[in-house]
Amino acid sequence: MDTAIFNEAIMAGDYFIHPVMAGQTVRIVDIEGNEAADTLFFSLDDPSERYSAMDTVREQGNVYLSTGSQLRSNLNRPMLDIVADTCGRHDTLGGACAGESNTVRYDLEKRCMHSCRDSWMLAIAEHPEFGLHKRDIGHNINFFMNVPITPDGGLSFQDGLSGPGKYVELTALMDVVLLISNCPQLNNPCSGFNPTPLGVLIWDA
Amino acid sequence: MSDLIRSIDYQTEIAPGGHWSLRLRRGTVMRLTDITGDANLGLLMFNPDNLLERYNAPDTLKCQHTFKLTRGNCLYSDMGRVFASIIEDDLGWHESVCGNSHAELVNERWGARDFQNDRNAWHQNGHDAFLVEMAKYGMDLADLPANVNFFNKVVVDDHGRMSRVAGHSQAGNSVTLRFEMDTLVLLHACPHPLDTASSYPARPVKVELGTAEPVRDDDYCRNFCDENQRGFRNNALYYLGQFSEAV
Repeated sequence: MDTAIFNEAIMAGDYFIHPVMAGQTVRIVDIEGNEAADTLFFSLDDPSERYSAMDTVREQGNVYLSTGSQLRSNLNRPMLDIVADTCGRHDTLGGACAGESNTVRYDLEKRCMHSCRDSWMLAIAEHPEFGLHKRDIGHNINFFMNVPITPDGGLSFQDGLSGPGKYVELTALMDVVLLISNCPQLNNPCSGFNPTPLGVLIWDA
Repeated sequence: MSDLIRSIDYQTEIAPGGHWSLRLRRGTVMRLTDITGDANLGLLMFNPDNLLERYNAPDTLKCQHTFKLTRGNCLYSDMGRVFASIIEDDLGWHESVCGNSHAELVNERWGARDFQNDRNAWHQNGHDAFLVEMAKYGMDLADLPANVNFFNKVVVDDHGRMSRVAGHSQAGNSVTLRFEMDTLVLLHACPHPLDTASSYPARPVKVELGTAEPVRDDDYCRNFCDENQRGFRNNALYYLGQFSEAV
């Protein structure tokens, strides 16, 4: 950990946007446990190439992510490898909370609550240098979230497998922009109803 | 004819490997029929008045706590609104997470072919099919979200491993959508990306368009779950500014 070139906390409800260059390894830490890191990756050179849940789950034949998973782009190219994981399972189907979807999921008047998609909207507005727009904001990874699929085709949001200090590490296979919303969700168990900080560390190759 | 459908006014066929798009008015019904069995029909939807509003698979699945799509389910945009309801379904399971076949996959699985020799039996793939249709509206790769794959059942075991159930759809099986918003609809009839047929699965799909009866208070899709009732309320709010209907 001492050799990390970058070590920062993402406070509850904040966003994080930062390049990770090919060969570098990034660790995302669930510092207090039971948090959700709603994460997107974009090619640094061309943000229209980005993490694709469909290509990733299809190519690995599995809907969950863990050590050994390779994140693929919407051009079906390898983007990052998950090289370490002390949590065991991460969700790639449930997507991010949004003011608009919160009206459907919880209550028509929940739209003003903080949400991951709003955090991303602020991130892309405050960081035009990455060339990201609303159309680039899509289907994300929820690190530390457990969203099992039942045999009859149900989808359930369960209390996480994560815990304090659990982490996931990814090695970049191309230069990418990492965009995280530290989920501010107060309506479901994904943050244990109490959002807490995440940590991000980066090592050079 | 179903008491949800007033009339069927048009029909066409999406040829194997073909693609098509049309702006549909709210209140339109679209019935899709698997002509030969084991077909795949890829679908994407956009708001034609704001192309940044588009079909959102994660919101659709999590809002209804489901991995599969069938009668009663609504297909949501990323703005908390309902593009379309599934009002009829012979199959009970359609999937929305596997995405599209692409050129590399088609070549690897079914062999490289070319238009010079194979003419309209030239291999097509869903990824390129959608990019072609999207370009007609000024959209490109950055605008391509997860799509629906009608007629396809993909099951998941306890460890997350996915498998496609071959032969899930039989010849003549159909699924019907009722559009709850004006919607730009993009379709392709390219193979499902997990289809392992020994030769290129060249399977056409019939598309019928017509007019729905008005949505009634006891509508099955609207009342399928509390979430869908709220989705319909969001639609009503959206149209409040355009029509004099009450929310």
